Amino acid sequence: MKLLVPVKRVIDYNVKPRVKADGTGVDLANVKMSMNPFDEIAVEEALRLKEKGVATEVIAVSIGPAKAQETLRTALAMGADRAILIESDAEVEPLGVAKLLAKVAAEEAPGMVILGKQAIDDDSNQTGQMLAALLGWGQGTFASKVEVSGDAVAVTREVDGGLETVSLKLPAIVTTDLRLNEPRYASLPNIMKAKSKPLAQKKPEDYGVDITPRLTTLKVEEPPKRSAGIKVADVDELVAKLKALGVAA
Amino acid sequence: MKTLVWVEHEGGALKDATLSAVTAAAKLGEVHLIVAGSGVAGVAQEAAKIAGVGKVHVADDAAFDHALAENVAPLIVDLMGHHDAFVAPSTSNGKNIAPRVAALLDVMQLSDILSVESADTFTRPTYAGNAIATVKTSDAKRVITVRGTAFEKAEATGGAGSIEAVSSTGDKGLSSFVGAEIAKLERPELTSAKVIVSGGRALKDGATFESTIFPLADKLGAAVGASRAAVDAGYVPNDYQVGQTGKIVAPEVYVAVGISGAIQHLAGMKDSKTIIAINKDEDAPIFQVADIGLVGDLFKIVPELTEKL
Repeated sequence: MKLLVPVKRVIDYNVKPRVKADGTGVDLANVKMSMNPFDEIAVEEALRLKEKGVATEVIAVSIGPAKAQETLRTALAMGADRAILIESDAEVEPLGVAKLLAKVAAEEAPGMVILGKQAIDDDSNQTGQMLAALLGWGQGTFASKVEVSGDAVAVTREVDGGLETVSLKLPAIVTTDLRLNEPRYASLPNIMKAKSKPLAQKKPEDYGVDITPRLTTLKVEEPPKRSAGIKVADVDELVAKLKALGVAA
Repeated sequence: MKTLVWVEHEGGALKDATLSAVTAAAKLGEVHLIVAGSGVAGVAQEAAKIAGVGKVHVADDAAFDHALAENVAPLIVDLMGHHDAFVAPSTSNGKNIAPRVAALLDVMQLSDILSVESADTFTRPTYAGNAIATVKTSDAKRVITVRGTAFEKAEATGGAGSIEAVSSTGDKGLSSFVGAEIAKLERPELTSAKVIVSGGRALKDGATFESTIFPLADKLGAAVGASRAAVDAGYVPNDYQVGQTGKIVAPEVYVAVGISGAIQHLAGMKDSKTIIAINKDEDAPIFQVADIGLVGDLFKIVPELTEKL
């Protein structure tokens, strides 16, 4: 079966985001961008399924600005077979992304779509579930283990109290949690090879999907700053502080 | 505006996360609840007692056990015919179900809201809590998940809601529950604890984590948390993880032991009332958010602290 892996270009997770002074958003000019960490895990899982012989082809897809090509090339360098870029300079909301991905899924007929559980920029945690709803497929969210057997996939999920395993009929949606795997690094030869792998360029209009945003961001602010704390010199002082806070007798 | 709140329950008991969601929903208007699962009459009765609750819808069917999103979402979509908003706590169930409901209703979801500014305007954290966005929706119906620590819990008693059975939308046959491994906790639950003691990579290994962090937590009656580094290194199970990708907590007192304070960790705990940091690196970022800091070797400090409490 084919695997479809949506990837998103986001601010690098090591960068501390700065809110613009005019409150319109976060300053992304000249900031290092990378593939969303959960999406790297999704690509890695797809590649492992291909290496096991479960999957035949891995297709990476991204919706975003022209520069999202770099993110797709990273996926290709990791080992994806081909890529699709749906170019949009405007930010596309999870619902719009899910609608576009549903169209791509209808065209490509993958056996599974593997997404990251959330993007570290908007922290929505919606796209995978929305895509599952639009396609009428089962969803295995927050996956820490994925096992395909026949026409079903067993997904072990990270839930609040621990782990839970569900079995889904294929085709299905899986969203990755951090502990699913350790993504590989792209080697230099593979980065070179990735440059010649196919990358199809599309526009949202090609899919006839209305991606008009439903939400308007009125303002973006910095969270309230914590007031400067104090340092205590030794344990006795700390004990006194804890007593003053009423958490120690 | 009529809101429908997802009732989170486990083992026949209502979970606290529901109470915060009820508080958020009440800011939008009339609060109705949905209790789904088999043998949930007791949970429904408990839910009807929550202060301010009107109707409690009960869907009694094994198809709704384990809150499988494929089965639960159509049930909620049915009820949304006569509700204006669906509100769920940002628990793993809430996060799993709500977006599926939103897409079926063709609306955008508002994730993990921190406040209700008006019926269509909300605040929510983005970029690991480094930016707070005020967002207005143009959708006719709202689908919302609520950050529990941002809202007071509604009173669990004093309400007199009416209980009404709703017909099941059945098993969609897309998914089935296989099993669960639930971590045993002898201590308070992380997300509702008043005091939390968290350990990081500096704890070295699982045995050291236990022998250092657990006694201090027990002295303080605290829940135990961990940084991602400690979880990835296998010191403790992953449901101990506090952070952007783990649990979001806001206790009265958060004690960070051997945690450097990466932004992903801070995203999960920086709304704690008082933060105490113990770290040997005086330049560790954790000290920028800590109210009380102690620089030194945790292997000396923590046992001494435990001893003196």
